[in-house]
Amino acid sequence: MSSPRGGDKEGGRDGERQIHVLAVDDSSVDRAVIAKLLRSSKYRVTAVDSAKKALELLGTEPNVNMIITDYSMPEMTGYELLKRVKESPTLREIPVVIMSSENDPDKINRCLEEGAEDFLLKPVRPSDVSRLCGRMRS
Amino acid sequence: MESDRLQKLYIDFASVVFREGFLDNQYTQLQQLQDESEPKFVLQVGTLFLEDSGKLINGLRSILDQQDVDFEKLDACVRKLMGSSASIGARRVKNVCMAFHNSCKKGSKEGCLKCLQQVAQEYLLVKRKLETLFKLETQILAAGGSVPLLSQ
Repeated sequence: MSSPRGGDKEGGRDGERQIHVLAVDDSSVDRAVIAKLLRSSKYRVTAVDSAKKALELLGTEPNVNMIITDYSMPEMTGYELLKRVKESPTLREIPVVIMSSENDPDKINRCLEEGAEDFLLKPVRPSDVSRLCGRMRS
Repeated sequence: MESDRLQKLYIDFASVVFREGFLDNQYTQLQQLQDESEPKFVLQVGTLFLEDSGKLINGLRSILDQQDVDFEKLDACVRKLMGSSASIGARRVKNVCMAFHNSCKKGSKEGCLKCLQQVAQEYLLVKRKLETLFKLETQILAAGGSVPLLSQ
């Protein structure tokens, strides 16, 4: 549990423990694609279709090394999820990556200012996922 | 050999599909992700796309049928369709969605209706292309061959 961040041979393994990524997207297509991209990098993936379900899971499953969430979702956006995570003393250390199909500089800056680790434009590519390897919470 | 013939048919058909812009390199990226752990990944994602898009387009139609169009709600739907079409590589659908998004931002019902017609048409066209590709893939595998990786 205390391995150095990103310091392992395989992308998805941190010492003995498989890195766990929580993917959040209300689009079933995008959820399937991001989950597959992450699994191809040997990460353990839990994919949910709403920010509400993401928060419920985070309340019960503490071992999440990264959250990757779509920005535009009904009821609670990815930005609102980001804010809730960063306001929480127990969750704030989890890196949060935002995905969006819109290249909106205001939106991007807002997310980065709120503490997002990165902002990915959809469609997400394998190279985007490789880039995240060193940013997982250890 | 039957699988060779089918593979050539598949490549020839796919070349036209790519050349005419129905699909782009994102589709190839999805093919490259397919592996033994999920051997039908592209078929599954493609099927999800076709089902979800059909529902989204019906949703867009309902919103535009209202006397007072909720352009925010409409735009949210359009962006969802734009996102998933980009994720599968359905370039022509994505491009129409971009124009649709602009019409939503302008609050132009006339513009949106025109875009709806175009997106519905492009959806039907790409649906036929994808279904043919999936059918050929199934036939190639049944004949003992492997599905060729496509490129733009």
